[in-house]
Amino acid sequence: MDRTKVLAMLTVLGLALVPVAAWAFDEPFWIDLFARVAIFAIAALSLDLILGFAGLVSFGHAIYMGLGAYTVGILSYHGITAGLVHFPAAIVVSALAALMIGAISLRTSGVFFIMITLAFGQMGYFLAISINAYGGDDGLSINRQSDFGSLLRLDDLHVFYYLVIVILAALLWLGFRLVNSRFGLLLQAIRFNERRMNALGFPTFRYKLAAFVISGAVCGLAGALLANLTLFVSPSLMHWFRSGELLVMVIAGGMATLVGPVLGAIIYLMLEHVLAGLTVHWPAVLGAILLLIVLFGKQGLAGILLARKKVKEAKPHG
Amino acid sequence: MSAGTVLLVEQSLNGLQFGIMLFLMAAGLTLVFGVMNVVNLAHGSLYMVGAYLCASVFAASGSFLLGVSTGIAGATLVGILFEVTVFRRIYDGDHLDHVLATFGLTLICNEVVRMIWGPTALFAAVPQGLAGQVQLMPGLSYPAYRLAIIVVGLMVAGLLYVLVNRTRLGMVIRASASNRTMAAALGVNDVVLYTIVFGLGAALAGLSGLMAAPVFAVTPGMGDNVLILSFVVVVIGGIGSVRGAFLAALLIGFVDTFGRAFLRPLLASLFAGNVADNAAPAMASLLIYALMAVVLFFRPQGLFPPRTR
Amino acid sequence: MGKRRGFLLAATALAALVQTAQAADKLTIGFMTTLSGPGAVIGVELRDGMLIAMDHLNKKVGGLPTSVIVEDDQQKPDVARQLVNKFQKSDRIDVAAGFSFSNLMLAVYGPLTQAGTVTISSNPGPSQIAGKECSPYFFSTSWQGDSWAEAMGAYLQKKGVQNIYLIAPNYAAGKDVLTGFKRFYKGSVAGEVYTPLSQLDFSAELAQIRATNPSAVFAFFPGGLGIQFVKQYSQAGLKDKFTLYTSYTIDNTTLPAIGEDAVGLINTTFWNAGADNPVTKKFVADFQAKFGRPPAEYAAQAYDTIMLLDSAVKAVNGKIEDKPAFLAAIRKADFKSVRGAFRFNSNGFPIQDYFQGRVVKGEDGKPTIRIEDIALKDHGDAYASECGLK
Repeated sequence: MDRTKVLAMLTVLGLALVPVAAWAFDEPFWIDLFARVAIFAIAALSLDLILGFAGLVSFGHAIYMGLGAYTVGILSYHGITAGLVHFPAAIVVSALAALMIGAISLRTSGVFFIMITLAFGQMGYFLAISINAYGGDDGLSINRQSDFGSLLRLDDLHVFYYLVIVILAALLWLGFRLVNSRFGLLLQAIRFNERRMNALGFPTFRYKLAAFVISGAVCGLAGALLANLTLFVSPSLMHWFRSGELLVMVIAGGMATLVGPVLGAIIYLMLEHVLAGLTVHWPAVLGAILLLIVLFGKQGLAGILLARKKVKEAKPHG
Repeated sequence: MSAGTVLLVEQSLNGLQFGIMLFLMAAGLTLVFGVMNVVNLAHGSLYMVGAYLCASVFAASGSFLLGVSTGIAGATLVGILFEVTVFRRIYDGDHLDHVLATFGLTLICNEVVRMIWGPTALFAAVPQGLAGQVQLMPGLSYPAYRLAIIVVGLMVAGLLYVLVNRTRLGMVIRASASNRTMAAALGVNDVVLYTIVFGLGAALAGLSGLMAAPVFAVTPGMGDNVLILSFVVVVIGGIGSVRGAFLAALLIGFVDTFGRAFLRPLLASLFAGNVADNAAPAMASLLIYALMAVVLFFRPQGLFPPRTR
Repeated sequence: MGKRRGFLLAATALAALVQTAQAADKLTIGFMTTLSGPGAVIGVELRDGMLIAMDHLNKKVGGLPTSVIVEDDQQKPDVARQLVNKFQKSDRIDVAAGFSFSNLMLAVYGPLTQAGTVTISSNPGPSQIAGKECSPYFFSTSWQGDSWAEAMGAYLQKKGVQNIYLIAPNYAAGKDVLTGFKRFYKGSVAGEVYTPLSQLDFSAELAQIRATNPSAVFAFFPGGLGIQFVKQYSQAGLKDKFTLYTSYTIDNTTLPAIGEDAVGLINTTFWNAGADNPVTKKFVADFQAKFGRPPAEYAAQAYDTIMLLDSAVKAVNGKIEDKPAFLAAIRKADFKSVRGAFRFNSNGFPIQDYFQGRVVKGEDGKPTIRIEDIALKDHGDAYASECGLK
């Protein structure tokens, strides 16, 4: 087993031990905090699939999280509480949105791709504000968690927490399989030289679109989980700042490593929490760290923890 | 003069005024984009710096002109500081580097402003001489301050046109925007050029911010939303094209204002109930981004790309 | 983004010393308010009113050493939601108080009342909370959101004004205010417009008003929105053409920033800083001394929140764990309010008088609000009948 996978297992194990620590130190808030961390880890993981492996800088990824969350919120609003409806619906809705957005955006590249994904993200944000029936600017409260019957009671925070961790672990495992599959290798090859892959007869557009849709669907799942944690959805989920934060998590943790984004989400949200306790001006510290990462440490935390060789391989050309 | 005509003229002026403010923001952004190929999210911070400096100096000294000069000078200095300390190190990086580094800069700037001026909003005053209205036509008196924004903006746009198209510096800028490597090979000193272009962009952003200060509230992070709109302008206009930025800014200004003003009656005639009341303003914002996506899809180079290319 | 702007007001060392078995040894209040952005105009005033009350009580509410944890909700519903979670699980508060905007109040109302956290709103009073979704754990020391506008509606109805143009931001309170206005105003409406809550440039809307040519305008724009709206209304030359009537817009927080442009405006309120009432006099004097400015309604409401709590904690001898007794003591409202007598309606909102006033030039040349008349006397809200509580 390679070191990336060991690091991934250790990370998941660490997250799984949080409720124990919360109990030992009598700090029940930690479970809420880390449930949030793990959910954002899933979202960052989904972004890494297209950012790290396909080189697609999506600056509007928060829209899928928002769509997933709003799907749960809107279904609950209309009295549909079944989790077996909520989660598939959230995934399908965000996948369809990703299909549509991807089909249009992927015809552009470079900075135009960044801008067009940003435009779609903002459209989602303003759409959520404009639909008054579902709260508009005020957001939408959800009465209770998705209903999976008595087997899986999501209103029990411990049950919910471990569900999130299991999903995260499963997605990591699937992610590792995916990026090392023929599909994953083709994606990475496209990132290095798309023209050559095209010339070799690979339908590169379709490969990128497939990755984009998978990424959107997973991010939608994260959104559905977030809606269940906070029981509240609001347009700010889709604000461009959120999309920026997701990018930061991926980069800070280490691109194209899958486990990196998970670490990135942990670092980002923990820094936010810890710094916020120390100073009201914590975003400045965060900003400084971000600058330092770009100027001096592009490989991210995972890159530092793992062999440097691996990271060099993953570095894109131009 | 019929009431309908007056309304149309007034809303056009509103659209023009908003468009002009966007243009001043976008002009700097598109120059930096075109010449250095850098995505600068921190451009909104320069807008904020201009607004804060002008509003507080004006409030303290009572002199609007002093406020304006401080605002522009301050934004220019901060811009040059950015260029020298951060941007020089990331010109060679990819766009992702730019997004992250300037996102970080934005966070820092917002907090520094919060440290100095506090988190609550400042409400900038309009200078005494511009507080009234100007009678433009029978039945239409337009706020003098907004008229001043239009006039100043048009003048700056004219100066910028002359600068870019009629001076040696402009020629160098155009050459660099067209082909950076070739321009450098032909002896263009890009270190100095980049600093000048960046400073110029910063000055324009500061001017835009300080003029916007009395129209909006002066708050930490005030530049962030204008920034995103300016990106829309830059992309629609064609990256690197000042002329494109001007036309696209006016387009966005008009779409936004007319969307807010006339989308509601339009929707009201289509849908029952208060759908229109609630949805119209947000729909207008949505329209702008939809426009950007359409332009990017059909003409990724923008509607008015730089002619030199 | 859980921005923390917390500071403890009580000596925790003292709290550790006075550990008695039966009664609670300390009181922890989670005070949520808006301290950043244009909405901070209201949020800061709420906080400062609370601080004066804490000064008056020597930082002991009902005799218990009290810590007030002040947090900034940034005027974002999702942030507010996270803060409540932190209040309940990390800070383990006894009482949640403060609150600046109605949409934030609605976002946190469920988690607070469902968990049985005693909640006192120092400002917003959304109709939902006053009516069907009312809770025995919720109280307001301010008003139900329709009320000031109902008073204005009643005033204009009496005055016989016709063809009025209505404008308010598009959020929970905006809708309540216009609903309340129309409950008492029966004349014709020239137009009804909602603007996005984050919008500060009203040029497009002002042009529409000019084109509609109404006989008057009724506007609701709280805090920073009001400052911008009234200034722009005047700058566009509309002030002299169409009289501007406002609720929750002109007060001592916004008046200094608006200045001359506010003179001549008509507003409604429930409280008058110049009232001849010993509690108000002491409150206003101490507020002026500490912060160098006269307080607005928001500060008075937050002051009352703490004073109400003080009376209830005293009544149960500090045994706030006895929830039914504590709630009953709050409901009695046996405290000295800035508005003189104070009593609760069945839904936990006050029943009180509402006044109509006008902005005039004061003796020092600065604009000030002069109360002119009572608009609604002993007024309770329209939603109390929908609330199942007694």
